[in-house]
Amino acid sequence: MANTNSKPAKSATDPREVGRRDFIVVATYAMGAVGAAAVAWPLINQMNPAADTLALASTEVDVSKIAEGQAITVTWRGKPVFIRHRTADEIARANAIDSAELRDPQEDEARVQKPELLVLVGVCTHLGCVPLGQKTGEVKGEYDGWFCPCHGSHYDTSGRIRKGPAPTNLEVPPYTFLSDAVIRIG
Amino acid sequence: MSAEKFSNPVVRWIDHRLPVFSMLDHEKYDYPVPKNLNYFWNFGVLAGLALVIMIVTGIVLAMNYTAHVDHAFSSVERIMRDVNHGWLIRYIHMNAASFFFIVVYIHIFRGLYYGSYKAPRELLWMLGVVIFLLMMATAFMGYVLPWGQMSFWGATVITNLFSAIPIVGESIVTFLWGGFSVDNPTLNRFFSLHYLMPFVIAGVVVLHIVALHRFGSNNPIGIDAKGPQDTISFHPYYTIKDMVGIAMFLLLLAVAVFFFPNAMGHPDNYIPANPMQTPAHIVPEWYFLPFYAILRAVPDKLGGVLLMFAAIFVLFILPWLDRSPVRSARFRPVFRIFFWLLFIDCIALGYLGGKPAEGVYVVLSRIATVWYFLHFLVILPMLSVFETTKPLPKSISEPVLATAKGAA
Ligand code: HEM
Ligand code: FES
Repeated sequence: MANTNSKPAKSATDPREVGRRDFIVVATYAMGAVGAAAVAWPLINQMNPAADTLALASTEVDVSKIAEGQAITVTWRGKPVFIRHRTADEIARANAIDSAELRDPQEDEARVQKPELLVLVGVCTHLGCVPLGQKTGEVKGEYDGWFCPCHGSHYDTSGRIRKGPAPTNLEVPPYTFLSDAVIRIG
Repeated sequence: MSAEKFSNPVVRWIDHRLPVFSMLDHEKYDYPVPKNLNYFWNFGVLAGLALVIMIVTGIVLAMNYTAHVDHAFSSVERIMRDVNHGWLIRYIHMNAASFFFIVVYIHIFRGLYYGSYKAPRELLWMLGVVIFLLMMATAFMGYVLPWGQMSFWGATVITNLFSAIPIVGESIVTFLWGGFSVDNPTLNRFFSLHYLMPFVIAGVVVLHIVALHRFGSNNPIGIDAKGPQDTISFHPYYTIKDMVGIAMFLLLLAVAVFFFPNAMGHPDNYIPANPMQTPAHIVPEWYFLPFYAILRAVPDKLGGVLLMFAAIFVLFILPWLDRSPVRSARFRPVFRIFFWLLFIDCIALGYLGGKPAEGVYVVLSRIATVWYFLHFLVILPMLSVFETTKPLPKSISEPVLATAKGAA
C-alpha cells in the first residue's frame, strides 16, 4: 500500500531523524494541551464567586439590644449567623469541661472576643443544615447549645460539636467591634 | 445496499444519497433477536420513551420557567395556575421523572438476574451505569429548580457532600455554588446543566445501543443464539410486544399524573425556599433513598460519602466480581436466593433512607449497608467458585420446543 496519509515511514537508516520527528510531535501535542487548558480555564473559573458576590461579604449588627439569654440570627454571605448573649451559667458550662476530650478541641476563650457574646456561623459542619436552638422553645440538644435535625448533631453552649456526625465545631466568623454596640462580620 | 427494496421513489432517491432508510430497515428486519425474550426486555425501550417524554415536557416548561431566586417559585406556580395546560405539562415532567427511575431500576435488576453484564456485554453494562449516574445528576438539579424548601435544602446537603474531601473540599463547594451558600448563581448553573444533561444522556444511550447491537440481546436462559432457528426479527414481533409495554407504561403514568400527581413528591417543596430555616425532616426524592441510607449509616462524614459513591462503583466492576460462566439465575440456584436477598436489601435501604436517622433505624441501615457490600464483594466472587449450576440447555429452541410440546 502506498504510504499517502499515514506517518512517514520510520526509516531504519537514520535513527536520529526518527528522534527529531518524535520530538516535534510531542512538542505539538504539549503546546496543544497548554492552549486547550488556557482556553478551558475562563470557562471553568466563571463558576467561582463573582466580584459582586465577593463584595457583599460583610454585615454590620447592633448587638446592644440582645438581652441576656437571648439570641438573634442575621444574614452574612447568604448564610445565617447566630449571635447569642450568653448567661453566666452558659459561659460556666462551656468552660467546665476539659477541651482536650472534644472531637474538635478548642477552648471556649478562643471562640469569643467578649465571653458573653458568642458569634457563630449557623451552618452545621456536617452537611450544611441550620441547627435549631435560636428561638425560645426550640430543641437545643443534649448540651443546651444547638441541635441539627438533619442527621442529629449536638452542639454545646460554645457551639462545639459534642455528639453526632458533624466533624468540627460551628465556625466562628471573622468579626470586629466597631464600637461597644456594633460588630462588623466579615 | 440496493435502493430497489423501497417502492417509494422519493425514499429511493434520498436513500441513494443518504442511506438512513437502509439503516432503519437494517435495524428493523435484519437485526436478529432471541425468540424467548420475556416482558422484562421491554424496559430498555420504556427508558428511552421516558427520556423523550422528559425532554419534550422539559423544553416546554423552560419556555415558562424563570431561573432566579426571586421568581423561580412563583414562575412554577404560574405554570401550575395560569399557563395553558401548564399543570399537565409540569405534572407529567414530575411524575415521568419518577417513572423513569422505576423503569431503569427494573432494567438494572433484570440485568442482575439474567447476568446481562457478563462477557461480552461488560461495556454495554458500564455505559448503563454511566447513564444511571447522569440521570441522578439531572434529576437532582431539576428538583432544585422549583426553589421550594426541599429544593434548597436538598441542594445544600448534596453539594456539601463534596466538603468531605480533605483540603480542597471547601473550595470545591464554593466553586459549585458560585458563592458562599446555595444562591442565585447556583440556581442559574443548575438550570443550564439540567437543560444540557438529558442530551448528554441521549448521546450515551446511542453508545449503549451500538454496544447492544454488537452482540444482540441477552435472553432469559442466558445462552447465545446459535443460529436462525433461535432468533426472530425485531419487527414486527418485538415492536408489537414493546407496544404492549408502552401502553401499560403510559396508562400507569396517566393514573399518576391525573389522580396522584404529588404522591411521589414532598409537600415541603410547596413552601418557598428559606435559607434561614431547615425543615425538621429533610429527605431526598424517593429514588435516592437507598443511597442516602448508606450515607447516613456511617457515623463519619468522609466515610459516609465514600461509601455512598462506592455503592455505585461496585456496579461498574460487577462483571469482574461475578466470574461464574453461567449468566441466567435460572440455572444458578444459590445465586438466585442471594439475588432476592439483595433485592429485599435494596428495598429496605430505600425504606430506611426515608426514616429519621435515630435509634433502631440507624442499626438497621448499618446492617443493610453491610449486606449490600457483602453481596457484591464477597458472596458473588465466592459463588463464582463454589456454586454448582444446573445443566444448560443446548440451544434457545430446545427448552422453547420442549415447553410447547409439554403444553400441547
Ligand atoms: C433526564 C431527563 C430529565 C429528568 C430526569 C428531569 C427531572 C426533573 C425533576 C425531578 C424536576 C423537578 C420537578 C418538580 O418537582 O417540580 C425537573 C424540573 C424541571 N425540568 Fe427537568 N428533567 C429532565 C429533562 C429536562 C429537560 C430536557 C428540560 C429542558 C429544558 C427540563 C426542564 C425543567 C424545568 C424548566 C424544570 C422546572 C419546572 C418544574 O419544577 O416543574 N428537564 N426536572
Ligand atoms: S447537616 Fe447537621 S447533622 Fe447533618
